[in-house]
Amino acid sequence: MRKRTLVKWILVLVVIIAGIGSYTTRSKRATNQQSITAVGSTALQPLVEAASEQYSAEHSGIFINVQGGGSGTGLSQIESGAVQMGNSDLFAQEKAGIDPQHLVDHKIAVVGVAPIVNKKVGVTRLTTSQLIAIFTGKVKNWRAVGGKNIPITLINRTQGSGTRVTFEKYALKGHSSAVAQEQDSSGTVRQIVSSTPGAVSYVSFSYINKDVQPISIDGVSPTERNVMLNHWKIWAYEHIYTNGKPTGLTKKFLNYLQTKHIQTTLFNKLGYISVKDMHYQRTWKGQLSKESGVA
Amino acid sequence: MQNQKLAKQLMKKSKTARYERFGRLLCLSALLLIMVIVIGIIAFIATKGMSTFMKDHISMKDFFTGTIWNPGAKTPSGHAAVGALPMIVGSFLVTILAAILSTPFAIGTAVYMTEISPKRGAKILQPVTELLVGIPSVVYGFIGLSVVVPFVRNTFGGSGFGILSGTFVLFVMILPTIVSMTVDSLKSVPTYYRQASLALGATKWQTIWKVVLRAASPGILTAVVFGMARAFGEALAVQMVIGNASLMPHNLVSPASTLTSVLTAGMGNTVMGSLQNDALWSLALVLLAMSLFFNLLVHFIGKKGAFSK
Amino acid sequence: MNRMQKQSQVAMGLLRAIAGFVVLILAFLIGYIFITGLPNISWKFLTSPAKAFSAGGGIGIQLFNSFYLLILAMLISLPIALGASIYLNEYAKDNWFTSTIRTAIEILSSLPSVVVGLFGFLLFVVQYNFGFSIISGALTLTIFNLPLLTRNIEEALASVADDQRQGGLGLGLSKYETIIHIVVPAALPGIISGIILCSGRVFGEAAALIYTAGQSAPALNFADWNPFNIDSPLSPLRPAETLAVHIWKINSEGIMPDLTKVSSGSAAVLVLAILIFNLSARYIGRKVFEKMTSMD
Repeated sequence: MRKRTLVKWILVLVVIIAGIGSYTTRSKRATNQQSITAVGSTALQPLVEAASEQYSAEHSGIFINVQGGGSGTGLSQIESGAVQMGNSDLFAQEKAGIDPQHLVDHKIAVVGVAPIVNKKVGVTRLTTSQLIAIFTGKVKNWRAVGGKNIPITLINRTQGSGTRVTFEKYALKGHSSAVAQEQDSSGTVRQIVSSTPGAVSYVSFSYINKDVQPISIDGVSPTERNVMLNHWKIWAYEHIYTNGKPTGLTKKFLNYLQTKHIQTTLFNKLGYISVKDMHYQRTWKGQLSKESGVA
Repeated sequence: MQNQKLAKQLMKKSKTARYERFGRLLCLSALLLIMVIVIGIIAFIATKGMSTFMKDHISMKDFFTGTIWNPGAKTPSGHAAVGALPMIVGSFLVTILAAILSTPFAIGTAVYMTEISPKRGAKILQPVTELLVGIPSVVYGFIGLSVVVPFVRNTFGGSGFGILSGTFVLFVMILPTIVSMTVDSLKSVPTYYRQASLALGATKWQTIWKVVLRAASPGILTAVVFGMARAFGEALAVQMVIGNASLMPHNLVSPASTLTSVLTAGMGNTVMGSLQNDALWSLALVLLAMSLFFNLLVHFIGKKGAFSK
Repeated sequence: MNRMQKQSQVAMGLLRAIAGFVVLILAFLIGYIFITGLPNISWKFLTSPAKAFSAGGGIGIQLFNSFYLLILAMLISLPIALGASIYLNEYAKDNWFTSTIRTAIEILSSLPSVVVGLFGFLLFVVQYNFGFSIISGALTLTIFNLPLLTRNIEEALASVADDQRQGGLGLGLSKYETIIHIVVPAALPGIISGIILCSGRVFGEAAALIYTAGQSAPALNFADWNPFNIDSPLSPLRPAETLAVHIWKINSEGIMPDLTKVSSGSAAVLVLAILIFNLSARYIGRKVFEKMTSMD
């Protein structure tokens, strides 16, 4: 019995010593290590994550923690000051319950949003009024817009999702979509549209692939070039918000995201459009002006 | 002098008694910690969920009877659009249908495992059902999306998304739970019941139907209610196949939604403290109240049919 | 053969058919997961880090995170569950207080894991400022895991025959000594298989972790095992996406071209891991039981 007690105490001692030892010998990097956190939009997450990995690789001792959680989470976390960067698909002004006063907007990229349909409906182009009729539930069969005799299955993104707000604002000209199926992620939307006859929905350009049919509106096809020239009206900014002016590492990282290197490599891969390439800029109320808005 | 010392020694608690007290306290504090967690969660969700009604002044009637869910907006008739009825109905429908569908299968399987072929049951069926309990709901949802939804679309029409697909996925998900709990309650029926019944000349089927199942019925009922509780709270799998349309379900193949599907989908898109967010917490409160209700039901059944061994 | 016997035989046949049908469903499920998933599993897939938008990503870090989180969660929850179940089974009298506690534990066990996850998010991530981290995830998993574990251990304790307790008390041991030195060792096989079954459930849990342990798996430095360094695999303050969360994430937001491959491969790995847990639960339980009951 005595022996066992002794062994127990030795074990406890070893653990304590190991703990202190590892604390004091933690790498020198750790002591001057800096870490910042970005939370929010799942659409922006892969870009910021990839950029942060490259940044950490180039600057040792830097740790950038990137999390999803949705634009609402991003904005409420940045407003409360719990994180350094809040990623959002929407302007803070567009989101209920946010006081945008102290938030500083950094427009990181532009994404185009396009309607997609199942490949078998036989429609590749629509007019704006046809699109509105489809999404408000006035037209119920693809035959009415020149397609095959297949009933229309509407699929929406969740209420409050950035893609849905953008789509309703600029594609449906402010009409809200009829109550229908809702999915909370672009990947699921794409999978459902590709496998459900007569399905129609909308995704950002990066999710368009050969499984679904993108739709041209009023003769304009959804390409990056058309977005830059504002011929294709359905686009939105991806924002990173900071609480007050960014300082230190946050500032450096935001600058890094604007460098040519990042904008030409990562942006292309992800289907994002650089803000610098835009010929127009837009305010949160939708007012256009002819300039990219980047100094 | 000697006496006093002895008395003192006797009055003092022995080392063992102190050890005993210490151990008992240690266990009690662990239990109390769990209590604190439970009370914390309940209080937390209750305050969050009630703020829709207290802070945002939404009437309970609008919440429980309204059919339009678009928090922040108004319905055409001027009420706040926080009608949770479609979700509540959707949750109940999938839960009850899944329970109805899986109960006969679960009981049949459990009877097979305990009464007909205990050996094969223990060797094949039990490990497999235990394995199924551990499969993450995401995987169920994924299979539901690629197998069940097309099957429902081709067989029953519609888009394939709806109550029926949700029911099928939940059916498979709660089957293992109900089976393993039913097996436990069948096993607790004393063997001499069966022997007595067979000795009276009853056939095997009569023994199972009239004696074993009767005796085990409270346990089986508890198993079914437990399965229903699991179905009610299931989120990710149902969300992928039910379509998430906050519409009153017209039929079993039209898109519908459940409390959990709306809750998970919306949480990230809303801002803490806004009406949209509070309304979601109210849904969580409804879920909590339901799991409370299911638990009380289980207790009630257990008390009523308490089976003395 | 009379009518009754015929009826009995028909019913037996029906029961066999039902059991067969259920086996068929289960076999289909497992077969589907393995057939679509196993061809994608390779050593490289199991060890390399995930890629966000190009093909060829693996699940190495996610796999490590899953195990690490599981171990941490178990380390925290096991002592609590053990203490609570000892009290419930050995000390507690059958009164309203005990039954209230039991009801409370059951409510906790039937609470949707989403709700537990959001509670963990607001408490650990936001309130205590642990951020999206392993420690937040482990604490949330503890809440999620406690009721079931307590129940399993209590069942294992209850199955120990009263003779053993009387024997211990008769030898002059105190109640607590009897429990620690006689009842718990006797219940050990049951306790171990209970732990391992709970591990399976924790291992596959996604909804509770999405908002607590986070959805990103930053690169780790596997040469650095000092828990105070943030890129060390052991650091409790780093965000950690687990395998189940990874499956959920790539299915909902993934844009890599080999998405279906990664997702079905991950699912197969997950089911395989749970299969191993279950088999080892049986094996260890049996071995321990043999050892405890052997004569020498």
